[in-house]
Amino acid sequence: MPKRKDIRKVMVIGSGPIVIGQAAEFDYAGTQACRVLKEEGIEVVLVNSNPATIMTDTEIADKVYLEPLNAETITEILKKERPDSLLPTLGGQTGLNLAVELYESGVLRELGVELLGTRVDSIRKSEDREAFKETMDAIGEPVIRSVIATDVATAVKFGREEGYPLIIRPAYTLGGTGGGIVNNEDELYSVAQDGIRASRVGQILVEKSVAGWKEIEFEVMRDGAGNCITVCSMENFDPVGVHTGDSIVVAPTQTLRDAEYQMLRSASLNIINALQIEGGCNCQFALDPNSMDYYVIEVNPRVSRSSSLASKATGYPIAKVATRIAIGYHLDEILNGVTGKTYACFEPTIDYIVVKIPRWPFDKFTQADKHIGTRMKATGEVMAIGDNFEQAMNKAIRSLELGCFSLQKDYTGQDDEELVLKLKEPNSDRLFAIAEAIRRGMSQKQVCEITKIDPWFISKIAGMVRMETEISKMSFEDWTLEKMRQVKYRGVSDKAIAQLQGVSEDKVREKRRGYGIRPAYRMVDTCAGEFDAVSPYYYSCYGGTTEVGEAGKKTVVVLGSGPIRIGQGVEFDFCSVHCAWALKKAGYETVIINNNPETVSTDFDTSDRLYFEPLTPEDVLEVLDVEKPVGVVCQFGGQTAIKLAHAVETAGYKILGTELKDIDAAEDRELFDELLESLHIARPRGTTVFTADEAVEAANTLGYPVLVRPSYVLGGQGMEIAHDDASIREYMGIINQSTQEHPILVDKYLMGAELEVDAICDGEDVLIPGIMEHVERAGVHSGDSISVYPPQRLDKKLHGRIIELTKMLATGLHVKGLVNIQFICHEGEVFIIEVNPRSSRTIPYISKVTGLPVVELGVRASLGEKLRDMGYGTGLYPQPDIVAVKVPVFSFEKLPGVEVSLGPEMKSTGEVLGIGHTANEALIKGFAAAGFRVSPGGVLFSVTKEDRKETLPIAQAFHDMGYQLYATPGTAKFLAIHGLVTTAVPKLSQAKDILTNLIKDGTLRLIVVTATHGREPERDGYKIRRAAVECGVNCLTSLDTANALVSSMTVKGNVPPIDLNEINFGHQN
Amino acid sequence: MAWLLLEDGTKYPGELFGAEREALGEVVFNTSMVGYQELLTDPSYCGQMVVMTYPLIGNYGANSADMESGAIQPKALIVHETCEEPCNWMSEMTLGEYLKRNNVAALTGVDTRAITRKIREEGVVRGMIVCGEPTQADLEKIRGFKLQRPVDQVTCKERYELPGDGLHIAAMDYGAKRSMLGYLNRKGCRVTVFPAGTPAEEVLSTNPDGIFLSNGPGDPKDNPEIIENVKKLIGTKPIFGICLGFQLMALASGAQTQKMKYGHRGANHPVKSLRENRCYITAQNHGYAVMAEGMPENVEITHVNWNDQTVEGIRIKGAQAFGVQYHPEANPGPEESSPLFDEFLNMVQKAKEE
Repeated sequence: MPKRKDIRKVMVIGSGPIVIGQAAEFDYAGTQACRVLKEEGIEVVLVNSNPATIMTDTEIADKVYLEPLNAETITEILKKERPDSLLPTLGGQTGLNLAVELYESGVLRELGVELLGTRVDSIRKSEDREAFKETMDAIGEPVIRSVIATDVATAVKFGREEGYPLIIRPAYTLGGTGGGIVNNEDELYSVAQDGIRASRVGQILVEKSVAGWKEIEFEVMRDGAGNCITVCSMENFDPVGVHTGDSIVVAPTQTLRDAEYQMLRSASLNIINALQIEGGCNCQFALDPNSMDYYVIEVNPRVSRSSSLASKATGYPIAKVATRIAIGYHLDEILNGVTGKTYACFEPTIDYIVVKIPRWPFDKFTQADKHIGTRMKATGEVMAIGDNFEQAMNKAIRSLELGCFSLQKDYTGQDDEELVLKLKEPNSDRLFAIAEAIRRGMSQKQVCEITKIDPWFISKIAGMVRMETEISKMSFEDWTLEKMRQVKYRGVSDKAIAQLQGVSEDKVREKRRGYGIRPAYRMVDTCAGEFDAVSPYYYSCYGGTTEVGEAGKKTVVVLGSGPIRIGQGVEFDFCSVHCAWALKKAGYETVIINNNPETVSTDFDTSDRLYFEPLTPEDVLEVLDVEKPVGVVCQFGGQTAIKLAHAVETAGYKILGTELKDIDAAEDRELFDELLESLHIARPRGTTVFTADEAVEAANTLGYPVLVRPSYVLGGQGMEIAHDDASIREYMGIINQSTQEHPILVDKYLMGAELEVDAICDGEDVLIPGIMEHVERAGVHSGDSISVYPPQRLDKKLHGRIIELTKMLATGLHVKGLVNIQFICHEGEVFIIEVNPRSSRTIPYISKVTGLPVVELGVRASLGEKLRDMGYGTGLYPQPDIVAVKVPVFSFEKLPGVEVSLGPEMKSTGEVLGIGHTANEALIKGFAAAGFRVSPGGVLFSVTKEDRKETLPIAQAFHDMGYQLYATPGTAKFLAIHGLVTTAVPKLSQAKDILTNLIKDGTLRLIVVTATHGREPERDGYKIRRAAVECGVNCLTSLDTANALVSSMTVKGNVPPIDLNEINFGHQN
Repeated sequence: MAWLLLEDGTKYPGELFGAEREALGEVVFNTSMVGYQELLTDPSYCGQMVVMTYPLIGNYGANSADMESGAIQPKALIVHETCEEPCNWMSEMTLGEYLKRNNVAALTGVDTRAITRKIREEGVVRGMIVCGEPTQADLEKIRGFKLQRPVDQVTCKERYELPGDGLHIAAMDYGAKRSMLGYLNRKGCRVTVFPAGTPAEEVLSTNPDGIFLSNGPGDPKDNPEIIENVKKLIGTKPIFGICLGFQLMALASGAQTQKMKYGHRGANHPVKSLRENRCYITAQNHGYAVMAEGMPENVEITHVNWNDQTVEGIRIKGAQAFGVQYHPEANPGPEESSPLFDEFLNMVQKAKEE
């Protein structure tokens, strides 16, 4: 059946902010969906609260609502826009849940909106555990014995009948929040309770655990005619028991015979047919390693993280095809864009192996519990392609950017017993612990028994360890052509060889190239070479034939930003993608190098050629030697790309835009100080140090408090405010855990209002899209601050000073492209905190709220065009008649052990935008989009002595709005003295249950708890904050945030949704 | 070091990992990612050397169950990387060991993608696995190679029976895969398996309820006697043909076949059933195709390959005879076309009742 003619206007719901369990993969899927709909001439209404996405660009959809993702707002938008249909399966679990909610409440029927793609009863059949089991029983697909529980007693009864271990899975949650494996009744009690709370429907599944079985996934597609295909099979390195988002995954399956493979493939088709899904679907199975027994674990009736991995692993665009299916096409009518000749109705076959490794945030959250299980903890992932397992694995390891270039990790000081524990209990380091165990002589068999990982994988890891050991024992003179060939075939990097042999990477590269050993680039073509393909999508291997055509005449290479991590999120992918588009527009051939399978930048349609490769000097330089670009762009891929600038320039390639020496002038402390001095610009006093002793000395000279941080980092990694010598020593210890190539900065900490500017400079003129004002005072990382545009509190004089300083700094640093500058206003004076001559986290935000194509202008400036010729003027760009706020979003509930309190080190995983006609309107939307639901009830205050005075008006405001006030004893006493009566609640250390119960039973709707300065283990506040986030109670740790919240709550009535296209931007005036 | 030498003189280096011997044959590639053991024992590969496009072959070892015939059929297996430490609960030995025991040559460490792309561009070629440096004499050998009546090499020597209580099916063995016969037998059929050259009269004398024409190797036109026999069988009883059996049925009805550039070998080919207007993903293994041009009036094209529109299925009007080019028995490959066997058995049952 061809496209349905009755579909004219479709609403697409995005997935909202990046949180653990729901990341950039939905920007990729959503963007693909919107583009398909537009290609088909359908009007697209997009709703997504996440500004850092390509899908919320006004070019991608016709109407763009950066609005909170809740039923009320969406209903209003539906009423305003009156689309005929809604596409719910591309916005992750968030989009799906909302669609179901709107359907069930009758809103969709009332407004005559049809749900496209999968039907609600199909969604229910796969999401509701009971309905799912019934459906599976009816078609003879085995499911694990289990019980649905809405209370703990039912779970306990099942446990007594069936025995342990059991696994708990909450219904309707992201990333398996609230689930876990339990080994006894005690554990069951607590996990079951959490799970019921985490589930949207208060429901958990308690089932027999098949931990240790193989976990296999199939990505399946089905159209309205019943045509079905499987796009990709995947095998988890980690057996059942570890969330697939936290597992190392390979594609295709490696250890299955045809009989096993086809059994599960047939089961997948059986399932998708029974659920009558029209679109994409993910089926997860547990397969007994010792028989043909299997169970269906889970079915996702929508595109997912796995489907974006499968798309990138095979070249098959699942989201695009799913969208076409949703509007009526059949698989045999949709052309396969990769071959350009055949149809989407086939199964990709690949002739390489793909390895995905999750990227966990434990490098930042050193205190977090690093165990992995059924609750996902990774923020992102990397993917690597190779023609053998070892190669793909080695590439994936170095793509992680964790300082590891091989399986070597330092385990000195850890005895064998500790190591065994690391193998036994799945954790983020297990891969390296396995390697270490093998190095220490543990047999492969033993490793398999302890880890339950398939012996095939362990044998491969053992082979990698053997090769590394051999290299480390070899002398550099012993290399032969044959040996080097073998080693490179297995993907061992020059850097790894250099580390293993104690020589320089350059020396290794010289030797390798001396042998004439260079990688070949092969095409990802969905068909294993069977057909001529046109997909410009490549990966490297050693020993093959390069399939890249002649190098283009005017090629520019854009370096991507790698895996999503805290501090370097989807914002940088947004920038890389826009950079590639701008270059294309300017007449260049574009090449993107990146390794993140979740993103738009790694869609092979985005650039003229895509190289799916690690972002290390070696891998990048090899691509450059093939592409011979006229320029390389390092300023859009975050710190990942900027770190590569030196290697790129040393190799003789031109860096587009700001020159390397100027980048260094901004990053290098002494050079930067010289510049500031020459420009007569003030900055907080500070110095650079390497050792803890130097740091303590510097701090005492400057006077406490001081800010301590490494240079060349993003997201304030390792940044802390120190109030005394002991804290300094502690931080220096943490920072120096990884070897620092650059010095550590110690600055005087000034408490004041923080402001941020993104600007475009062509070397002479400067265009400032906007100034952003942080709600939280300096000390909270800019990425974790609420940021308001345009500034609401800035006086005229300082405003002018900021513009003046921006011009001075941008031209002083000879910036050609983008620059981000952070300021502090302290006692009527503006100080510089830092200058980053590159694209920043706020670029998508400022682009969207000013209507300026900031990245494009930056790219054009890098290419030598002058701002005065671009038609957007210079100086501060006119402000639109709106106020926008960016509110950070955290994933604390997914990360046990992490301190919730905000500080100079970034902790948020994502962000949302609120747009209104006043600051308060924007704030209330921003808070709502970030998940704040402060319904009438109790508010608890537990603040430090210094914060009490400021707390008073906030508490008063809540009291006046009819909230019941609660406070811990000290705070309560203070408030009482000032005439505010509160219910005093003993601290946790005094009576644990009272406060905890108030949190758990829902009495408390909001908790304002500030942390004592310094880092002494302040257990009580920490525990209150943790209890709050784990129970889903909003928790504020800065009084500035609390103030903003109070002020936003003064807005009465509904704030109407705003389409980005309705805003009068500066250039339209 | 050993080499794969092609008839145009191109050579690819590799390491021997099966039997240490030379081998001569037609080089074809297969894009299935799993199922190497079933492929190796499929008699349709008689006289060929199979290049696997998936780079890691041998991961799950070899066993005595996943076999489609009693022997390894191709002359050689060519892979990118084989596996020394396989793992699977069914595994009894490594793939290399299995090949050695069956005295079949195999090459690993080969740039299989380059060979695939060459065959894709230039068509199937003859080639040879040469131990040591290839010589002009080796090239001469390749150029002199012709696969002589491969069906005779793989058909059973004598008639045999798979007992059953149900319908009686006469199965013509042109190189039948076990799973085809097994499928019919599992459905309760008594299956009498006949050598390929058995005269039609002899087959009919056993009074079968239906006739099954199996898969097999080589150019269908190399079998004029068999085609004559199939002609005689069509119209007598319900007939179902697969792969070579399908091609022979087409030739017997007056259709033509042609050699394809590089054939269809893999587990991912879309086939459209024109009657149902639906696509199925199928397992394929053929180097010749039935031509749509010149199709006799009484033959209906029922299935086409959705990638290249080649004929994948026909039905002979008024004769209760149909066949498909692809492999509904799977092994290896997708299982979703198995209802074709049931369709055949229903046809047989109905004819018997009438």
